[in-house]
Amino acid sequence: MISQRLVIKYPPRLIDKPVLCRLTRDFNLDFNILRAQVSPETGGLMVLEVSGEPASYEAALQRLEAEGISTQMLSRDVVWDESRCTQCGGCVSQCPSGALSAAPGSHLVSFDTNKCVACEYCILICPVQALQIHF
Amino acid sequence: MIRTVQEINEKIKAGKAVVMNAEEVIKFVEDNGVRKAAETVDVVTTGTFGPMCSSGMYVNVGHSKPRIKIGGGRCTLNEVPAYTGFAAVDIYLGCTALPEDDPRNKVHPGRFRYGGGHVIEEFVAGKDIRLVAEAYGTDCYPRKKLDTLINIRDVNEAVLFNPRNVYQNYNCAVNLSSKTIYTYMGALKPRLGNATYCSAGQLSPLLNDPLYRTIGLGTRVFLGGGIGYVVWQGTQHNPDVKRKPNGVPAAPAGTLALMGDLKQMSASFLRGASFTGYGATLVVGVGVPIPILDEQMLLHTAVRDEEIYTQIVDYSSAYPARSPDTLGEVNYRELRSGRIQVNGKEVLTGSLSSYPRALEIANQLKAWIAQGRFFLTEPAVCLPGPDSGVRFKPLNERPVVAQLPESFVQEGGLR
Repeated sequence: MISQRLVIKYPPRLIDKPVLCRLTRDFNLDFNILRAQVSPETGGLMVLEVSGEPASYEAALQRLEAEGISTQMLSRDVVWDESRCTQCGGCVSQCPSGALSAAPGSHLVSFDTNKCVACEYCILICPVQALQIHF
Repeated sequence: MIRTVQEINEKIKAGKAVVMNAEEVIKFVEDNGVRKAAETVDVVTTGTFGPMCSSGMYVNVGHSKPRIKIGGGRCTLNEVPAYTGFAAVDIYLGCTALPEDDPRNKVHPGRFRYGGGHVIEEFVAGKDIRLVAEAYGTDCYPRKKLDTLINIRDVNEAVLFNPRNVYQNYNCAVNLSSKTIYTYMGALKPRLGNATYCSAGQLSPLLNDPLYRTIGLGTRVFLGGGIGYVVWQGTQHNPDVKRKPNGVPAAPAGTLALMGDLKQMSASFLRGASFTGYGATLVVGVGVPIPILDEQMLLHTAVRDEEIYTQIVDYSSAYPARSPDTLGEVNYRELRSGRIQVNGKEVLTGSLSSYPRALEIANQLKAWIAQGRFFLTEPAVCLPGPDSGVRFKPLNERPVVAQLPESFVQEGGLR
């Protein structure tokens, strides 16, 4: 079993197609939608947590790509710039998923992309713009 | 008195001074007792790294050919307006200044992505900055327009001059209202959704010398990665607040005005910052060395987070209305634990001031002293203390009435 957080983007022509349910029906994968934004002008953008057998997962990604749906690991789209971060820790109490946390004692901040749900709240509140999102 | 500043400096010169940061000294006192610790430790270093809005830089940009008198005219640095009310080519840029066309809070909350603090950070980092100036022109300064790149390498003087830094303690902010508010204490979620605070606590300079016995005018400090000096008490310096028996104020109290050569400083310790819905500012790193003159000073520097209290203030109502109400007291150990109790509710806490960077600054200063590169100073004048009579005054507004010349009134002009 593997579990990955993915950002998928699809063009406007696919917004009326049942794209995601095939992940379950054809590939026996579980998916959980963390965020979704669909419009006839810009197409669709979703953040998904997908889990299942590695072989099925790979095959599903290939199918999505073949249909014109781009997939990217969420960890490549939400970026914490450690050199810009001042380690104030202000984001930690505001991060709803616990992706941003501070080590007990040292109070050093770290970012776990596997927990991030791309809510973008940290981007609103980080005073030094240490977090960026590249959807 | 165990030792004088002069004796400490002789030990620094000989490479024999015992220096600890304000965290290490706590453990040292616990292990060795106050008397032995006071006899052993010469200097305790402190640090803080947080947003400090009363910060800015003045620059003498040099004279163009032909000359221009920017003084009394207008100028911008990377489109951020700087103050020109000085001589021909001296300008001052404050860190909260914003470009003319920044939308500010027109669409609330504004983002304030670039302001004076960001210009200062880039200037210190050695990046070229665009200077645009307009002048009225005089016989000796005929030029009326200037549009050029400037660099910190080339200007005559670049000086960080901050009228208020290093607040001795600060409020813990919460929001009792029913909507999110955007403040200089960060975004505060409704109905006590979170709490923010801003102090390095046990590492913070003025919390380690709570009665201003060693920090005063002329004190040499770590400022923005370089060397600076205390040049006055900071604005709003308010020594007359409620204090605990250890002398530590339980509310925002003393402040420092600081100054130093920007050319020696580093962008790692001067960072432009943006507070959503509030504005732009500068995050400033400051470290102050405290000479252990006697056991009392050692006790002051051994203060722990759990012995430093502050007030919990509602920023949706009490703060903007300037009401003195507080929701209770909390100490920095509780704040740093990540959760506190307010009105019977558990509230998550977040810091605006960086404890890890404060520690880094205290350690950097410690290293400078240990290497014989930094010597301590005695204050030329002490800061106003709790009994000085100095108080933080509010602005009491008075109605404006038309002022008529006295002669006019005497001659019976008003009939």
